[in-house]
Amino acid sequence: MKNNKIKKSKLSNFKNKLDFWATNSEEGGWNISSTDEGSQKMLENENEKQIKIQTGTEVVDDFVIDEDTSDDERMIVNMGPQHPSTHGVLRLQAELEGEVVRRVKPIIGYLHTGMEKTGEELNYFQGPTNTTRMDYLSPLFNELVFSLTTEKLIGIEVPKRAETIRILMTELNRVSSHLVALATGGMDIGALSMMIFGFRERELILNFFEKTTGLRMNHNYIRPGGVAADLPDGWQKDVEEILKIIPEKLQDYDDMLLDNPIWKGRLQNVGILTTEECFAYGVTGPSLRASGYSWDLRKSQPYSGIENYEFDIPTLTEGDVFARWRVKVLEIFESLKIIEQAMHNMPKGPYKVQDKKITPPPRKRLDESMEALIHHFKIYTEGFKVPEGDAYVAVESPRGELGCYIVSDGSAKPYRMHVRGPSFCNLQALPVIMTDSPIADAVAAIASLDPVIGDVDR
Amino acid sequence: MNPEIISTSTEEYKELIESLKKDGFEMMVDLTVVDWFRKKEPRFEIVVQFLSTSKNSRKTVKVFVNDEDLTIPSITDVYPSANFYEREAFDMFGIVFENHPDLTRILMPDDWEGHPLRKNYGSGRIPVQFKNAPKVD
Repeated sequence: MKNNKIKKSKLSNFKNKLDFWATNSEEGGWNISSTDEGSQKMLENENEKQIKIQTGTEVVDDFVIDEDTSDDERMIVNMGPQHPSTHGVLRLQAELEGEVVRRVKPIIGYLHTGMEKTGEELNYFQGPTNTTRMDYLSPLFNELVFSLTTEKLIGIEVPKRAETIRILMTELNRVSSHLVALATGGMDIGALSMMIFGFRERELILNFFEKTTGLRMNHNYIRPGGVAADLPDGWQKDVEEILKIIPEKLQDYDDMLLDNPIWKGRLQNVGILTTEECFAYGVTGPSLRASGYSWDLRKSQPYSGIENYEFDIPTLTEGDVFARWRVKVLEIFESLKIIEQAMHNMPKGPYKVQDKKITPPPRKRLDESMEALIHHFKIYTEGFKVPEGDAYVAVESPRGELGCYIVSDGSAKPYRMHVRGPSFCNLQALPVIMTDSPIADAVAAIASLDPVIGDVDR
Repeated sequence: MNPEIISTSTEEYKELIESLKKDGFEMMVDLTVVDWFRKKEPRFEIVVQFLSTSKNSRKTVKVFVNDEDLTIPSITDVYPSANFYEREAFDMFGIVFENHPDLTRILMPDDWEGHPLRKNYGSGRIPVQFKNAPKVD
């Protein structure tokens, strides 16, 4: 009896020491012995129907569930948040049975910075600085959708040159974003040369962005009322170089990967998403087009005058990871077509609205005109007022439908600013893709959805 | 494209959503909440965006939630894509979605107090303290 007590106190002493060592403080600390990390439930309400919805069997019953194994062989494993293949800080809680993933739950929020709250405190003129930081691989699309929504609320139309510059820049951005998706996707599967190639070609486009906007990322270039600055001198030369080099390099990728048996073996018939599943889980963009449904907002609900350009929507029917990879490669070719047309048909004229209440006057005018100085001061201190109302505008970002919902109460700041990030919605399909597939395919599945965690967590 | 706006009540909300699904609106694209603190009664307005790819049209459903219980039926069984959005609305505004499979916080830490996107929640006034982190004075 006495012995037992001594043993117990020794043990608790040791535990306290362990706690102290782990937290460097005497009060509280991790209670190391009683963690229930492995036994937690994935959903609050785990009835059969909910699990069916979670795994996608409610929508399309294409899973073969092996009922023979007992629950003892199942275990819950956490993948991430610090994991190189999760493209940021994404955590996956996976229920494994041997090497097969039976259920998975994405856990997000590790990069949440309250950007929607910040958006309510910045005026419309400052808004793009905030939204551009959400999806950091396609920042120009975020700026575009914010500007389009603001312009819809005010009811103005931007000049033709501004529209064409917007199309040129966003399509270049789509190419650079898809190149990163191809590069990191290749890296996750083990094609390390692909990683080097993709980032190398992206550099061309980023150099052009730096020349035009001043920054490689987070440009704050597209603003309500037009764009921040005109294209630099000799921009045609840079764009021509991009148009010449990228198709050659894409041919290199095809030579390396298209008939590569390892690449095909890893990607074909892996992580299949059907069209029904895409609809049910709100998946848009290249993933929807890879599953055999031809849907592109650029064609069906055009913005910024993109209906005047000739391009196709590449659509594949397989719906697997290979198709999602292939669609992105084909889309780069289509984007290059648009860029070429925009370059040859660039109209002359102003690059922003000539309404001095919305866009600031050029720097030169400040020295000679009192009114220009007043307008400049008003815009940079107070911003411009937007009439009451609400608007939802969506554009086709490289990852799918990127929407922006703004409620205005008539002041210079949005009353509510909400961004519908495509990655946030696409991530919900991850359980459907990964259920009943080997854990080795999980990495390929995540890479194929191409989530950007900045867009997910906002 | 201007979406058609439909205003409804919490009682008819679920039926309306089911009829929209039958009408060919395949996708629930977005669900968000607007907090009309001291501007409108009731306070919270839920805004849901629907997309029909076959008809190429959009619809917006707006519904005000009762102030007493802040409860509205969940639409995850009709549109599974509502799952994350409803969790986000719960996390950010404290709206309770009935019969949601997993109504837990999604973006904020599990033990966070308050709902950050409410208008009466100040920004940047709470020091960030992670769970069980040693306190530094």
